[in-house]
Amino acid sequence: MIKKKLMKGNEGFAISAINAGCRYYFGYPITPQNEVPEYMSRELANYGGAFIQAESELAAINMAYGAAAAGGRVLITSSSPGIALMQEGISLFSSVQLPVVIINVMRGGPGIGSIQPSQADYEQVTRGGGNGDYHTIVYAPASIQEAMNMIYKAFDVADEYRNPVIIAADGMLGQMMEPVVIPEMKEAITEERISEVKPYALTGHKNKRAKNVINSVFLKQEMLEDYLNEYWKKYIKAEEELPEWENTKLEGAEVVFVAYGSTSRVVIEAMKILEAEGIKTGLIRPKTIWPFPKKAFDEIDPETTKKVISVELSMGQMINDVKLVLEGKYPVELINRVGGMLLDPIEVAERTKKIMEVK
Amino acid sequence: MSDKKIFIAGFGGQGVLLIGQMLAYAAMHEGKEVTWMPSYGPEMRGGTANCTVCISDEKVASPLVTECDVLVAMNGPSLEKFEKMLVPGGHLFINSSIVPGKATRDDVNVHYVDCTKIAEEEVGNGKTSNMVMLGAIIRKSGAVSLDIMDTVFEDTLKGGKAKLIPSNKKALTAWN
Repeated sequence: MIKKKLMKGNEGFAISAINAGCRYYFGYPITPQNEVPEYMSRELANYGGAFIQAESELAAINMAYGAAAAGGRVLITSSSPGIALMQEGISLFSSVQLPVVIINVMRGGPGIGSIQPSQADYEQVTRGGGNGDYHTIVYAPASIQEAMNMIYKAFDVADEYRNPVIIAADGMLGQMMEPVVIPEMKEAITEERISEVKPYALTGHKNKRAKNVINSVFLKQEMLEDYLNEYWKKYIKAEEELPEWENTKLEGAEVVFVAYGSTSRVVIEAMKILEAEGIKTGLIRPKTIWPFPKKAFDEIDPETTKKVISVELSMGQMINDVKLVLEGKYPVELINRVGGMLLDPIEVAERTKKIMEVK
Repeated sequence: MSDKKIFIAGFGGQGVLLIGQMLAYAAMHEGKEVTWMPSYGPEMRGGTANCTVCISDEKVASPLVTECDVLVAMNGPSLEKFEKMLVPGGHLFINSSIVPGKATRDDVNVHYVDCTKIAEEEVGNGKTSNMVMLGAIIRKSGAVSLDIMDTVFEDTLKGGKAKLIPSNKKALTAWN
């Protein structure tokens, strides 16, 4: 038997990042993700890494920018209002094509909001709150194990695409504990090998090569247009290669739920309640929310499906992506709670019956 | 399938979250699926705290509970507030050291555990009162086995904390 460890989500996130070769962490405290910086402050130095508690989120993201420019594997974590403060930096990262992994342990918003779990940053993370044409790649884990596996992989994806990758977690995943298998320790890239692995990195040319420049300013707009057209190709590639999803019981389903993250777990429980009452339901669970897994929706059973219901802890943000994909083929409804309030399986089941006009 | 949903509530500082964690460790070491979910918020010592533990042979879907098989009320307000969450035939554990009231339900198994007194008099260490309750939960609800607790203590009380194992173990069986 593989040895499992009982682990709090936030700690698991930190361990997974370290084992993926992350050696740089910059953060500023905010609930409900404080166990990440706590763990990093205690452990990262033991692996030869650097932890800095920045004076603000803005400082943290810009420290990360420097470390990534020098070729380091960098992790940034925060929660909703903190991630909002970092948007300028995320746009900058994207513009110069530097990799970084960012975990957003989402809480209720807008503004300072509440500290309870929420998914109201769907649009912030998938559309980007920064300026200009860019995308961030966004994974949406539903369990601590899945989050750890996604974080582990995210560093490679960020390096491959030279782009920020966001893990859209929430307060529930950050605070709960589950048994996990810790991904194995990868060797971190040594300073000597950085220029080999990341030729763009600012490692010092020592008069042996042309100097590297990382610069976001284009004073000639023609050049910026050419640059954007060229770098946009990677987003088209990402849309082809990166979407991930998990479909459950779509065949013969009357109702198809779409839910991601911890909310999908509540939906699975609601599905059992509805099934016991004779209502057949299925679930599409996007594991990436950008790129949105459009192909997942091809598996909807056209013979039986009457309605698609987006279940989310927001006023209805993912629902817009669901509608875009479905192009009006099915009526799309919303079941939600907001502000840090959570859905429970009974509520989801009851509201589904109301939508389906079942007594 | 033997699903168990356990809800533990009390004052912050009573070891409410720890009782839940110990159950979660035990379930994991028994090879079961388990989730532990704490209430979190602007908490303080003496404020309220609660956590839920879901144990199952299959993957646990929602870590939240609206009804539970085992309810542990470490203080009076928790008994009043959460007693209705318990399913008929479930187990209700009441920390009678500080809960003055009695259970109002007659369709559940009620266990009064005088945690503080037993910890002080039987175990000889007042700090083990939460482990007295944990022992009662394990033995009466069968959520996990008592035997697995040896492994749990070895896993969680390491190094300098290993010296706490004997008194904690003793506390588990102190209540009758």
